[in-house]
Amino acid sequence: MPRTYLTRTAPDVGEIEHRRWMFRHPLVIRIAHWVNALCLLVLLMSGLQIFNAHPALYWGNVSTFDTPLMAMSSTEDDPPKGVTTVYGNTFDTSGWLGSSTGPNGEPADRGFPAWATLPSDQDLTGGRSWHFFFAWAFVLNGLAYLLYGLVSGQLRFRMIPSLDQVRHFGASVWEHLTLRFPQGDEAKRYNVIQKLTYLVVLFVLLPVQVLAGLAMSPAMDAAFPFLLTLFDGRQSARTVHFVVAALLVAFVIVHVALVLLSGFWNNMRGMVTGWFVIERKVEPAASPETRGGAA
Amino acid sequence: MIRLPSRRALLLGATAAADTAMLGGCDRLGEADWFRRTLKTGEDANLFVQRLLLTERSLAPEYAEADISPWFKPNGTEDPPDEDYKALSKGKFAKYHLEVDGLVEVPFKLSLAELRNLPARTQITRHDCVEGWSAIGKWAGVPLADILTRARLKPQARYVVFHCADTMDQGNPLEGGGDGEDAEEAVPVDNANPAMTKQSGTAETKRNVGGQQASGETVAKGSDPVRYYESIDLVDAFHPQTILAYELNGKALPVSNGAPLRLRVERNLGYKQAKYVMRIELVESLAGIGEGKGGYWEDQGYAWYAGI
Repeated sequence: MPRTYLTRTAPDVGEIEHRRWMFRHPLVIRIAHWVNALCLLVLLMSGLQIFNAHPALYWGNVSTFDTPLMAMSSTEDDPPKGVTTVYGNTFDTSGWLGSSTGPNGEPADRGFPAWATLPSDQDLTGGRSWHFFFAWAFVLNGLAYLLYGLVSGQLRFRMIPSLDQVRHFGASVWEHLTLRFPQGDEAKRYNVIQKLTYLVVLFVLLPVQVLAGLAMSPAMDAAFPFLLTLFDGRQSARTVHFVVAALLVAFVIVHVALVLLSGFWNNMRGMVTGWFVIERKVEPAASPETRGGAA
Repeated sequence: MIRLPSRRALLLGATAAADTAMLGGCDRLGEADWFRRTLKTGEDANLFVQRLLLTERSLAPEYAEADISPWFKPNGTEDPPDEDYKALSKGKFAKYHLEVDGLVEVPFKLSLAELRNLPARTQITRHDCVEGWSAIGKWAGVPLADILTRARLKPQARYVVFHCADTMDQGNPLEGGGDGEDAEEAVPVDNANPAMTKQSGTAETKRNVGGQQASGETVAKGSDPVRYYESIDLVDAFHPQTILAYELNGKALPVSNGAPLRLRVERNLGYKQAKYVMRIELVESLAGIGEGKGGYWEDQGYAWYAGI
């Protein structure tokens, strides 16, 4: 039986037959969500700016300049070609990686293109300033969210799958793949895949990302040498930081896609005002006419 | 479902427009003074928190001989264009002297041979460039603490400034007295990070450098050639791993890596590791030096604290 203590009844009694208003997202969570969204976007773009200062990745403690895991560069051609090497395989990535049109319209030798970096020009010190400020904002916001989530019970309610959800894991995967979203009481809680994804993002990806970032700091390595052990060296930590950033981008893409597909305005209203509409479960037999005429 | 594609197209278009607007807006924000100051609080927080976390005994990790990088990537200046330096280098630095002065009771000079006769420390440490790459090298040199103890710091001394031999920017005597904004514009923008090699050494360079015996006494701010300099506070200065290195990987320090003497201040990024150190000055405040931010790259906007 799903917990329904979060449900409040809206004053609009006429609609109650079909739609139920649910107060889904408390203020703290809504603020934390949007602060987090802003932080992740700035951290990503300023991070790409920092990466562009040396667009190559390695494994271990030091940079093996001749044998990078991945590297972006430009050729001597006119116009220059962008070349990306991954595990020794070379790809032509002109216009995207290695060489792309700069803010002035001229081809520029840069890892990621100007539209993806913050600031848009090549500016390592600017990128670092943005990155550190928003890293602090991200961490403080995340801690506030976790603290609130633990105390209010929201974290457990949102993230821990219930037994019946675990039992129906396969069915849930199928629902996701066919883009059939839960209705009725089932829509009041996150489904099992959502819960597991949020768990992984919140308790694996984000902490690993923060730790990998800290492991790149020579002072943090002196204070906490285990950081280097954890990541097998500073250059590996930098590589992990890059890969986890890519995984977070993948998460955000899927997240935004599902927000769009499962009712954009309802989801947005939910995360802005807190109020979310639960559609009444429609039986397969019910036709649109009966739905419309039941009022 | 039918309305979705148009909605999606709308959103995609809006996203592209928003990116352009956002980037333009962020770039403009990033140039506003108040916003830059706000962003810098992040870097202030780094210093504050890392100083809380690190004690004098927190040592940078040291590595084994087997971990030494086959090639220690030289960075920044690789061959100072300055005539005085070239002369020193030609004579194998026999005429080199390290000067120690400023807020000290006993200012002194030491030749390279004298430095080599002092008790030394050898350490295999990792060098982390602000740009992102790392290299491991074995350094040998004199602990800076010994030098400072010998000089006997005056109570007001708060920072150790390293004045280096290499000229970074040629001054322009015809355009003297520029304000801060102009000075920033004058910096070569294609070289906005310390990882990149400074290209200098043109004919004009030599002319300017030849006539810079009096560069100690400031003639007109903004018109002198700017030499590399760095500064650290006494916390880092007295750290046991902070040494003035004259050897890299068991050999005399090569010119490309900062011969004859460079600073190793472990637990900090590469731009703090001043090369071609000529003079050590103890000061109370960084305000009067360079553009007042405590280092050549700091004057270009880099954080003074380089622990992260």
